[in-house]
Amino acid sequence: MDKQELRLTPEEARLTGLSREEYTDSNFAGHSYLHEILITLFSNRATAISLACIAVIVLMAIFAPILSPYSYREVHSEATNLPMRIPGLEKLGIFDGTRAGVDQYERHGVPDEYHYFGTDNLGRDIWTRVWTGTRISLLIALLAVALDVLIGVTYGMIAGFFGGRADLIMQRVIEVLTGIPNLIIMMLLLLVMEPGIPTICLALAITGWVNMSRIVRAQVLRIKGSEYVLASRTLGSPAMRIILRKILPNTMGQIIITFMFSVPNAIFFEAFLAFIGLGVPIPMASLGTLINDGYKSAMLYPYQVLLPAAVLSVLMLSFNLLGDGLRDAIDPQMRSM
Amino acid sequence: MNAQTERAERAGQPLLEVEGLRQHFRMSRHYTVKAVDDVSFTIHRGEIFGLVGESGSGKSTTGRSIIRLYTPTAGRIRFCGQDVSGRLTAQQTLLLRTRMQMIFQDPIASLNPREKVIDIIAEGIDIHHMYESRAQRRDMVLAMLRKVGLAPEHADRYPHQLSGGQRQRVGIARALIMKPDLIIADEAISALDVSIQAQVVNLLKQIQQETGCAILFIAHDLSMVRYISDTIGVLHLGHLVELGTTQDVFEHAVHPYTRALLSAIPRPNPLLERDRPIESYDCRAAGVDYTKGTLHHLSDTHLLLATDEERDRWTRGA
Repeated sequence: MDKQELRLTPEEARLTGLSREEYTDSNFAGHSYLHEILITLFSNRATAISLACIAVIVLMAIFAPILSPYSYREVHSEATNLPMRIPGLEKLGIFDGTRAGVDQYERHGVPDEYHYFGTDNLGRDIWTRVWTGTRISLLIALLAVALDVLIGVTYGMIAGFFGGRADLIMQRVIEVLTGIPNLIIMMLLLLVMEPGIPTICLALAITGWVNMSRIVRAQVLRIKGSEYVLASRTLGSPAMRIILRKILPNTMGQIIITFMFSVPNAIFFEAFLAFIGLGVPIPMASLGTLINDGYKSAMLYPYQVLLPAAVLSVLMLSFNLLGDGLRDAIDPQMRSM
Repeated sequence: MNAQTERAERAGQPLLEVEGLRQHFRMSRHYTVKAVDDVSFTIHRGEIFGLVGESGSGKSTTGRSIIRLYTPTAGRIRFCGQDVSGRLTAQQTLLLRTRMQMIFQDPIASLNPREKVIDIIAEGIDIHHMYESRAQRRDMVLAMLRKVGLAPEHADRYPHQLSGGQRQRVGIARALIMKPDLIIADEAISALDVSIQAQVVNLLKQIQQETGCAILFIAHDLSMVRYISDTIGVLHLGHLVELGTTQDVFEHAVHPYTRALLSAIPRPNPLLERDRPIESYDCRAAGVDYTKGTLHHLSDTHLLLATDEERDRWTRGA
């Protein structure tokens, strides 16, 4: 190597950046944020399966009661406690409507009926009741959690964004609210008001929003001091614009995650309320009341409690797994910028 | 036309006058942080003013007080002939939010990760309704992208799809689209690696020459400050200890703190670097109390914060 080769002319040694030419990578497609979340979400197998489970359960809750020839409230005193009988499978010798070798359907005089999940002690079709119950459980959970989101996000936003004395007072209110045991508030409320779907939703929402508001407040406090909010303020953004354009989109991930974890909680709490006798009024059914009814005869007819319990378990497990997957996909800590 | 006459009228007076700015933060009843304590300087139109000092010396706080992210505790700030240090009228707020802009230190944290580059850059013109149609908005943003050395296809990217240097260019474009008279560059290059720093500093200098805006360049890297600034102020513990042209400060530094800062600059020549003398300075050990000092004119452009006795002692040494 010749030494002279290394010498640079002034032309070659000019400062970079003067030409204003930036290297542009054209193969980097403009993936949106949502797109990236969906890719991460579906690459997680547990999340994909749980999403499918939720979809199936929701579809069943919507369509099974419509397509079923039986009503959830129809009482057939002649066809009580029938075992499961499913067309197709009965030829294999399982779910063929026999108990101890006796065809119960024939014995009760209904040889042509098919109750997929059997009937309960009043002769009501459990298949229809389970899916009607799922429908009501989901409805209650979604309504309650929607209320949580509405109150919690607003409350947390106000407390976090305006801060100072308003925040101080609002946090004390939350502390008082969480200081009273949940169950007592609910029982008192259900004593005062007529039991029904709106009452149960309200009972669930009355303290349920606290968690959401805390998470939102923490996020707002974090984002409020960030440089992009400062930059926006130096450009003269009004408070509303900062909240809607900067803080809310950056809090959305946490709100969705909290939402996802609140739904199974609400379903579970509703079931719990129903189980201790504070559920939806008879003859309506929720998963909780079904389990409550079923467990009384659990030793004789275990399917009456196992089937609604299985649906409840799968539903809760799926929501929890989906929440987990969403957190991995959304959480900024896990994402490299 | 109106704006032009206005500008001609103001040409005589400085763009920004800061007089006795104090920014104190009350931590508790017994403890107040005096982040900025009695700082005065002026910036003329088209001037690049470098503000240097160690971490915690109040550089960034000064910038943020001037653009009113904080409410100054005391002192007067005049911008374009308007007092913008007290309670702001709607018209003064508008002046401040359009004619003065800021570039932030952290190119990651200063861009909203949920907005596309086009929306980030257009934020100012969105807020102040400075366009008539969507097409015009896009054209203005694309023109800005070109100006800061980015390609039109970057407009529809998200910040995390850009490199550090590209992100900082977006931050510059966001400030520049308002056609400001003063840009406060708050450690705008500190978070970038050295090769990108040079690009961004050159870009700032080029923009300054093209648009004629003034820049308050806040940094701790003295070589960069020397390269870009016309005037330099040295901050220490919230006090402006020395102020002068680049030549004054770099070649005739008087204040021991400035001299200590300068002696810390590495030399590119290894033979000189090996024997580079490092001056150390500890104001408490040296018995220097900034609150007792007053500003002395060493020349027309060169100011020093010192008591009479300190001035004599330091100038004799130099």
